[in-house]
Amino acid sequence: MSTAAEAELARVVRDHAGRLAASLVSLIGDFPTAEDLVADAIEAALRHWPAEGVPDNPDGWLYTVARRRGLDTLRRNARYRDRLTLAGWPLPPPEPGDRLRLIFTCCHPALPRTGQIALTLRVVCGLTTAQIARAFLIPETTVAQRVTRAKRKISDAGIPYRLPDADELGNRLSEVLTVVYLLFNEAYLSTTGEQVQSRDLADDAEFLAAMLATLMPAEPEVLGLLALIRLHRARAAARFTADGEIIQLPDQDRSLWDHEAIANATRLIAKAASFKRAGPYQLQAAIVAVHAEAAQWADTDWQQILLLYTMLDGLAPSPVTKLHRAVALRYTAGPQEALTEVEALSSALNGYHLWHATRAELLRDLGRTNDARAADARALQLTANPAERSLLRQRISWT
Amino acid sequence: MKYVLMFVDTGQFHAEVAAMSDADREQAYGLVRQWFTDNADKIKSQTHLMPAHTATTIRFGPADPVITDGPFVEGKEIISGFAEIDVANLDEALRLAKTWPACPLIEIRPIAG
Repeated sequence: MSTAAEAELARVVRDHAGRLAASLVSLIGDFPTAEDLVADAIEAALRHWPAEGVPDNPDGWLYTVARRRGLDTLRRNARYRDRLTLAGWPLPPPEPGDRLRLIFTCCHPALPRTGQIALTLRVVCGLTTAQIARAFLIPETTVAQRVTRAKRKISDAGIPYRLPDADELGNRLSEVLTVVYLLFNEAYLSTTGEQVQSRDLADDAEFLAAMLATLMPAEPEVLGLLALIRLHRARAAARFTADGEIIQLPDQDRSLWDHEAIANATRLIAKAASFKRAGPYQLQAAIVAVHAEAAQWADTDWQQILLLYTMLDGLAPSPVTKLHRAVALRYTAGPQEALTEVEALSSALNGYHLWHATRAELLRDLGRTNDARAADARALQLTANPAERSLLRQRISWT
Repeated sequence: MKYVLMFVDTGQFHAEVAAMSDADREQAYGLVRQWFTDNADKIKSQTHLMPAHTATTIRFGPADPVITDGPFVEGKEIISGFAEIDVANLDEALRLAKTWPACPLIEIRPIAG
């Protein structure tokens, strides 16, 4: 199957799986049971559709399989079975709230992060266990176990299928956004150019963020995350050489960036800002937007970036944010000031390859080549990502 | 659904309470009593345990049971009491637990059956 056909198949499944799951949970009233049925239907679709073609009404097809399967496996549960027997097609379309309930349940804080991610991908995006395993480079049995455990916890611990109340919404939403963000990071920021995936998780992350933005249009952090994802993706074409080597931001061919997508995402940030509730995703998106708006690397507005990182560190203090802030400092105050800030993060970030890589660049700026090479070597020991490894290896041998 | 809230004490919390003036300690206990009163409709029963130094553990093995001094987990976190609650779901249990005014940790577990 061609990559385009696979992407189309993924899109169709993604469009319908979550909606079917939401409808079925409402119908049956039991999340884990409905989840099973949808997952089975998707497995069946992936067996049939590549050869037979996507049916004209994929949602009806999926529902028919899920229903048949349900009537088959739910013999002992008369209550669920009766509801399924009575249900006609088409199912009442899920309310917007149903799809939100689905994602809030998958991302319930009482579930472990790995379970939240696996469940969200399965239930809301319609990924199979095998696809999740391939995307995260972990054994399929591990994914299956995470899904099973998460569903068992939902049933046994009494995790409800509901929308959070207004006073819980802030925390619960940030849990959901974290899951989407981690997913995007995993998919996008840590990929290599050569990797050919049958399923691009970055599509799923953007799909989730866009869905949340549609369903919660007055939540500025949702808009911020969507803008952040779109801004990163708008630069995707310029990130790698044909051989899968990383091209760093200063060296990227900016004509390859999707400038229309950048302009749209920037408008999204402005809309988010109009709510006057700044947050980490909005600030991160704004930082990426400042980079994206510079016609050339030399035009980058580092003062603005420094300011945004300072705000971000004020809202959500973290050593990694301080490290990024130090990079902005390099271009505003100079490498020595930046290095002082970076050295101050030594105990917190000693195990983080980018700390060593940033330190190496600053040392190189200051003419301390041997120290720089040692720092790059340390960074190399700490990252498994092949594209990053290759970049670091080049720097060690060239300088 | 029925849940048990297990209240967990830490050495640090214990020391803080011990260091309080009598009036402050009485006020802290007052907050706890008030919490139980405010939530009486959801709380089926509650038990406060004596401190960890009173605990004895018996461990069964192939030979005779081994009796040792102290709680079964040697750690800084000690169960100091528990309450059985009856609420609709985990979110309601969490909502209730979040208002707890005393020790720094609560484990929430559904009751089996």
